[in-house]
Amino acid sequence: MFLIHCPYCGEDREEEEFHAAGEAHIARPLDPDACSDEEWGNYLYFRRNPRGLHRELWVHVAGCGKYFNIARDTASYQIHGSYRIGERFTWSDAEDSAAP
Amino acid sequence: MSVFPKKRRFSGLGLVKQALKHQEGWQRMWRSPAPREHYDIIVVGAGGHGLATAHYLASVHSQAKVAVLEKGWLGGGNTGRNTTIVRSNYLWDEAARLYEHAMKLWEGLSQDLNYNVMFSQRGVMNLGHTLQDMRDIQRRVNANRLNGIDGEVLNARQCKQIVPIMDTSGRTRYPVLGASWQPRAGVARHDAVAWGYARAADARGVDIIQQCEVIDIVVENGCAVGVETRQHGRIRADRIGCVAAGNSGVLASMAGIELPIESHPLQAFVSEPIKPILDTVVMSNAVHGYMSQSDKGDLVIGAGIDSYVGYGQRGSYPVIEHTMQAILELFPCVSRVHMNRQWGGIVDTTPDACPIISKTPIENLFFNCGWGTGGFKATPGSGHVFADLLANGEPNELTAPFALDRFHSGALIDEHGAAGVAH
Ligand SMILES: Cc1cc2nc3c(=O)[nH]c(=O)nc-3n(C[C@H](O)[C@H](O)[C@H](O)COP(=O)(O)OP(=O)(O)OC[C@H]3O[C@@H](n4cnc5c(N)ncnc54)[C@H](O)[C@@H]3O)c2cc1C
Ligand SMILES: [Zn+2]
Repeated sequence: MFLIHCPYCGEDREEEEFHAAGEAHIARPLDPDACSDEEWGNYLYFRRNPRGLHRELWVHVAGCGKYFNIARDTASYQIHGSYRIGERFTWSDAEDSAAP
Repeated sequence: MSVFPKKRRFSGLGLVKQALKHQEGWQRMWRSPAPREHYDIIVVGAGGHGLATAHYLASVHSQAKVAVLEKGWLGGGNTGRNTTIVRSNYLWDEAARLYEHAMKLWEGLSQDLNYNVMFSQRGVMNLGHTLQDMRDIQRRVNANRLNGIDGEVLNARQCKQIVPIMDTSGRTRYPVLGASWQPRAGVARHDAVAWGYARAADARGVDIIQQCEVIDIVVENGCAVGVETRQHGRIRADRIGCVAAGNSGVLASMAGIELPIESHPLQAFVSEPIKPILDTVVMSNAVHGYMSQSDKGDLVIGAGIDSYVGYGQRGSYPVIEHTMQAILELFPCVSRVHMNRQWGGIVDTTPDACPIISKTPIENLFFNCGWGTGGFKATPGSGHVFADLLANGEPNELTAPFALDRFHSGALIDEHGAAGVAH
């Protein structure tokens, strides 16, 4: 069971209060009509899916209802931090080279 | 290559003979050869799909210089962790053809492999709990029939006749309104499938190398030429086929390519063994749970995936609770049964719930993955068509729709309705 920190509520809460909403920091192309099939397909369907450090989007459905980000290891399941939309999270330099 | 004495066929008479010899005369099922420096074809991953691929490469395409490399033990991945539901009632033509191809192979598999895979066509029931569920079921059964796949739409009373222990009273939160029913569907013994394919492939000279983890794919001038392994160094090959389920993305990144796959934990449970109460398979997408009973008597129960990406072969607690709620609502009589074991596997989900059986931008590198929560049923078919792709280098009519480029062309095969959480 994850204990997840919601950066808006400022509380550590059980996993059941949240929904995972996939990889974080995926920007919608500014001009979709100008995208090639390649670019549009990549945006829609291709995710990093790393075995290791991963930044992901969660939503506090049973709490404030807000979306926020988590930095988590998908192999050890350790959560390294939660941060608000618009913020960035960096691991130590060595770790971060594995998770651009 | 170590030499292996010719395999003796398993038979009823053989059983009697071995019994008289106190079971001490059985042959080894397969060798443990040291890898050669070069193979015509390397298959990465000795799950059911990888082993089936090797078997058909050797038996259908007469390819002898084939190796299967496995980082753990053969059949220890999702093949040995799944709940063994086999059915072919998928909605779209492309998927229906592929899964029905597998179903036909299942029907002759024990004979083909000379190994009892305990394929039991006990029927699979997919429940509907809302009017929309029932409309979707009708549509899918009609589509199945047009594709020559058996299927019936049942009402709640007919469901109750087949599964007397199910609560069809209509008083539950999500009442059972009916179901789709595929009589030819059923279950098989998962380990036996891996072992049977391994034994048959080995008998034709395929080298199955366990404890051999691929840590890099060697690419020269855009062309895959071999793999780097943790235990045996570099092994070269003319063609490489990756069949690594939840770890497919990890392998793809070794070759510098990307796959539209996310890896999620999926779990299952078995109960203590009890007397026979269920002689078919019941699944429900809506309340999210499914159950069958093994020959030993344990209830085999499964559910949905964890919603986050994860490579831990365990499942989260909320899913356990959710699954048990669903099972108890359907089968109140099992409320006092204890669960014996719980485990997880890593399933490779795709955006359209269909597999990727494909060439890649790297020459001579092929992937067969994305089977997600429901690939066990496809094991023979998947191996059969992937062997064809590896031997010929080009897709055939069954595999062509499942190429990687569909995620850029937009030609997705949306099986979420028929695959979704159902396995
Ligand atoms: C709990 C659960 C229940 C399921 N229930 C059903 C069901 O009822 N019906 C159904 O049809 N499907 C079901 N599935 C899905 C099904 O199990 C899979 O789709 C199918 O078994 C995949 O087979 P495979 O041979 O491709 O994968 P696997 O059996 O996982 O084989 C892949 C192999 O690749 C190896 N490997 C990975 N990386 C490397 C590497 N770098 N080097 C060497 N080897 C490597 C792994 O060790 C593994 O043995 C279920 C899955 C789970 C987890
Ligand atoms: Zn909150």
